[in-house]
Amino acid sequence: MTEREEIRPKENGPLLKVSSLTKYYGTIVGCRDVSFDVWPGEVVGIVGESGSGKTTLLKCISAALEPTLGTVEFRTRHDGMVDLYKLPESARRFLMRTDWGFVHQNPRDGLRMGVSAGGNIGERLMAVGERHYGDIRTTAGDWLEKVEFDLGRIDHMPSTFSGGMQQRLQIARNLVNGPRLVFMDEPTGGLDVSVQARLLDLLRALVSELRLSVIIVTHDLAVARLLAHRLIVMRRGEVVETGLTDQVLDDPQHPYSQLLVSSVLQP
Amino acid sequence: MSALKNRALQNGYNFAYLDEHTKRMIRRALLKAVSIPGYQAPFASREMPLPYGWGTGGIQVTASVIGPADTLKVIDQGSDDTTNAVSIRAFFARTTGVKTTESTTEATLIQTRHRIPETPLKEGQILVYQVPIPEPLRWLEPRERETRKMHALEEYGVMHVKLYEDIAKFGRIATSYDYPVIVNGRYLMRPSPIPKFDNPKMDNNPALQLFGAGREKRIYAVPPYTDVRSLDFEDHPFEIQKWDESCAICGADDTFLDEIITDDRGGRMFVCSDSDYCAGHAAPAATEAAE
Repeated sequence: MTEREEIRPKENGPLLKVSSLTKYYGTIVGCRDVSFDVWPGEVVGIVGESGSGKTTLLKCISAALEPTLGTVEFRTRHDGMVDLYKLPESARRFLMRTDWGFVHQNPRDGLRMGVSAGGNIGERLMAVGERHYGDIRTTAGDWLEKVEFDLGRIDHMPSTFSGGMQQRLQIARNLVNGPRLVFMDEPTGGLDVSVQARLLDLLRALVSELRLSVIIVTHDLAVARLLAHRLIVMRRGEVVETGLTDQVLDDPQHPYSQLLVSSVLQP
Repeated sequence: MSALKNRALQNGYNFAYLDEHTKRMIRRALLKAVSIPGYQAPFASREMPLPYGWGTGGIQVTASVIGPADTLKVIDQGSDDTTNAVSIRAFFARTTGVKTTESTTEATLIQTRHRIPETPLKEGQILVYQVPIPEPLRWLEPRERETRKMHALEEYGVMHVKLYEDIAKFGRIATSYDYPVIVNGRYLMRPSPIPKFDNPKMDNNPALQLFGAGREKRIYAVPPYTDVRSLDFEDHPFEIQKWDESCAICGADDTFLDEIITDDRGGRMFVCSDSDYCAGHAAPAATEAAE
């Protein structure tokens, strides 16, 4: 976590800068003319209905899908701002296993199901050159405790864990080598409410403790309210409203945001 | 030369079974493989007169490099007299007419399955391995596209996850054969299912080592005197197998031993898996006993 302090003051500025990002699938619009910044330690929520372009946007900014137009710039530790899609693929992949994390909605997409919990957490360490078994195992154990696992389960397979545990394991696996930016795609989707609440608490604690920058895609406004500092509301591939979370949720300006907020059931 | 060729042709086959165009295609792949040690060069593997998994890759490589002046040795699990070894040796004897041998030192070309001979190889010799699965990352990454990319970008950290799992489960690196190696400090390679006992023999070997995978259509190579390093952890270094016993026939205590069940009452014996090496050692011992 010392790496995070290495960001030199004179280089202060946004960690990620998205400018006029546009993605067409043939003639179909994935997302159009999206621009926003993410600052160090900031949690940005992207909300909107299914098919509004949230996932396309997330893929484009996480270097998984090349946009048709526009740029995505990231502040690297040593070279300042770089345009992701001008970097060689090796450098992009290196960023993915060092400075970035990606938490998938379905933990099975983000975990190695045939590898024990410890191996799953240790993978990123080994991928960047850690070659001491004892150290890897100690770090893996520390992270299991951070995500509220019983240390005795370090050698168990992910398939023996419940959905909530798998999701927590996936989070540990992503955070183990101190990334600076984490992408989350519906991290609490498919979990029941009590497990969801526990996971959200954990995420909130980790994000503030590690000063992580997070881009979280969700259709659940309650999740957005709890985690995100700032919200981006999307509809039909375009951004219709942005602002502080409380501002957007308590006083939505755009008719679509108003509809979205009023659609939430009050138990 | 022409007499040999004629004999093969009389049988209705070209010298060494494969036609000359196929041999040239395989030799091109071999040249590429030798120039990039450990890199899996694709080749258009042919249908051979034996099933996949019985050594079609090794046979095609042997057929492409064998010449009338060669002396051929074929081993299977270290032994010269197992079915697979006998059949492949007979196949080449018939289709090429070259001299065959069971002696490691006399052979110029050795095709092997699962072992490297105990007798150190020398310059000028060629060792041909039969490879079932050439891709070392397959266990962790099923997509061929992705594994090729990982090779291209040298992303091999994930290979250690397999070794990590071994230690977590068994307390030590339990992988005992097909143990992954880094060739020439660059490419991750699967040394075919040889025991890890043989891994150190690959390192800086004076002989040329060629690997053929027929079903997977890949050829790779370790040129003479090339650095071959087995993967390990700092606190769990690479180790080879050890036995408390020594060979029951020749008494060697530094060879790879096979355990043989001798009866149904728990009787067993340990003997060298390399039959040529064992015979070479047993002979002097027997002579001494006779004196």
